[in-house]
Amino acid sequence: MYDVIVLGAGPAGANAALEAADNGLKTLLLDEQKVAGGQVWRAKSKSILKAPSTEASEKGDELRTKINQSAIEVKFNSRVWHIEKQDDDTWLMASDAEQLTAKALIIATGSQERIIPTQGWTLPGVIGLGGATVLFKEHMMVPGRRTVVAGNGPLVFLVASEIIRLKGTVAAVVSLNNRIDWLKALPSMLSNPSLAWQGFKWIFKLYKMRVPVFWQHGINKIEGKEKVEGVTVIKVDHNWHKSDQAEQYIPAESVCYGHGLMPAIEATRLAGADHHYDELLGGWVPTIDKYGRTSVSNLYACGDNAGILGVSVAPMRGRMAALAVLEDLTGKKHNKKDLKIFDKAKKIGLAATALSIPRSGLQSFITKDTEVCRCECISRREIEHEIKTGALSPNAVKSGTRCGMGPCGGRYCSESLALITQHISKKTRSEIGLSTARSPLRPVALDDISNEIDYDKLPIPGVSPL
Amino acid sequence: MIERSVEISFEFDGKNYPAFDGETIAAALLRSNVLNIRNAPSGSPRGIFCVMGACQECVVEIDGIKVEACRTSVADGLIIKRAHDV
Repeated sequence: MYDVIVLGAGPAGANAALEAADNGLKTLLLDEQKVAGGQVWRAKSKSILKAPSTEASEKGDELRTKINQSAIEVKFNSRVWHIEKQDDDTWLMASDAEQLTAKALIIATGSQERIIPTQGWTLPGVIGLGGATVLFKEHMMVPGRRTVVAGNGPLVFLVASEIIRLKGTVAAVVSLNNRIDWLKALPSMLSNPSLAWQGFKWIFKLYKMRVPVFWQHGINKIEGKEKVEGVTVIKVDHNWHKSDQAEQYIPAESVCYGHGLMPAIEATRLAGADHHYDELLGGWVPTIDKYGRTSVSNLYACGDNAGILGVSVAPMRGRMAALAVLEDLTGKKHNKKDLKIFDKAKKIGLAATALSIPRSGLQSFITKDTEVCRCECISRREIEHEIKTGALSPNAVKSGTRCGMGPCGGRYCSESLALITQHISKKTRSEIGLSTARSPLRPVALDDISNEIDYDKLPIPGVSPL
Repeated sequence: MIERSVEISFEFDGKNYPAFDGETIAAALLRSNVLNIRNAPSGSPRGIFCVMGACQECVVEIDGIKVEACRTSVADGLIIKRAHDV
């Protein structure tokens, strides 16, 4: 039995584990990746023997060294697929073929990408903006031969500028945000000048390389038969609804595409914590106190899964969650001055997230024939039919259409489903809600569950409310 | 100035491709411009999408077991098949 298990070894989770271990708690740190660092400080692949260092690689290496020198026990390449509270108030987790138990659980699963469909978004050659950063950091390669980078939020410009740094070709940048959105975000970003400066360097680099930048535009269609051949771009209004202005065609072989980051909340939901909708924090978030205590005892959340605030505050959020665990388990009080620094730093994160808040018009890009659920190939037409005949909750649409029942677990369609439901029903996101959280959190091999798991101990969830 | 590991070779869908030892299947296929990795139930072609083990679009089959190409390293002589019924 561990004192604390930390799920996710990004900047927040790893720092939570470090703080916990430094304070004498028996700590286990888990991650599905091969090493610590999360997405933002992702390590280079073993196939790269030598390469120039970047800020992300330096910060990541520093973190990985600290973990190696600490008393933290680590399990990488391991996938937690079930979490439950036992009768004695401790936590039981199933990770691949292992059962793990702990007094406290810190969830630091980070963010996931929001990608709203447009025609042709399932074509090979289309990848997420976050996915593109994995290619840069882990593999030092570009996402394709001639790339259109599109969507909203700061990632669009980061990805485009990284492609240029790695000697790729950016055919165009297509930003739903306009220049005014960026200017509005500026004052808060200036409280961290290096970050604001970085954003400007990205944009400046693109102009210098004469990359066409389409402000307040979206991708109307990704063209191609077997793979990406080009895109058509179209002007949007202030709500990001498609305009009736003429489209422009841009030949391309790859597309990087996304609409900001959302908290990855499957684990806190499965563990039973209360969640609420807060668009400023990136969408649905666990309801927490300043230290990351959730509504469930001995369950904590830190990092982007507890609200998208970015890497500048993630380590601090991790340490604060660990201090809360320490206080709750041992009664040991700690210094609370951290909170003031946190409040200041939080503003920067909120400004960047503001550029990423999806606007209602985005749903206009999802045409009737567009597959919304990639796994089960469910079109908007099928979903609309279901909603219009009375299926007003995600659970109801899911059971009627199989939308969200594929191997991704609904991660890539739940947001579009909510946008479509909202468009038709005029309900708020809070009213629409989420579908029931279920294990497995990730697809799991039969071999893994047929070994040591005690089936009698796994509860059968109740019938989902429609 | 990026120095990469030794080049190895693996098979995907009956054809041989080069890879750098230690990289993921997804990276190696992308480098060879192999974008179409499997077909969805509707028949529509699919490729690498999230690159971080969440979306399950890049699932391939090794020894009858489905794995994510973006989380699995290549090895010399590895035989990888297109996955069906994902």
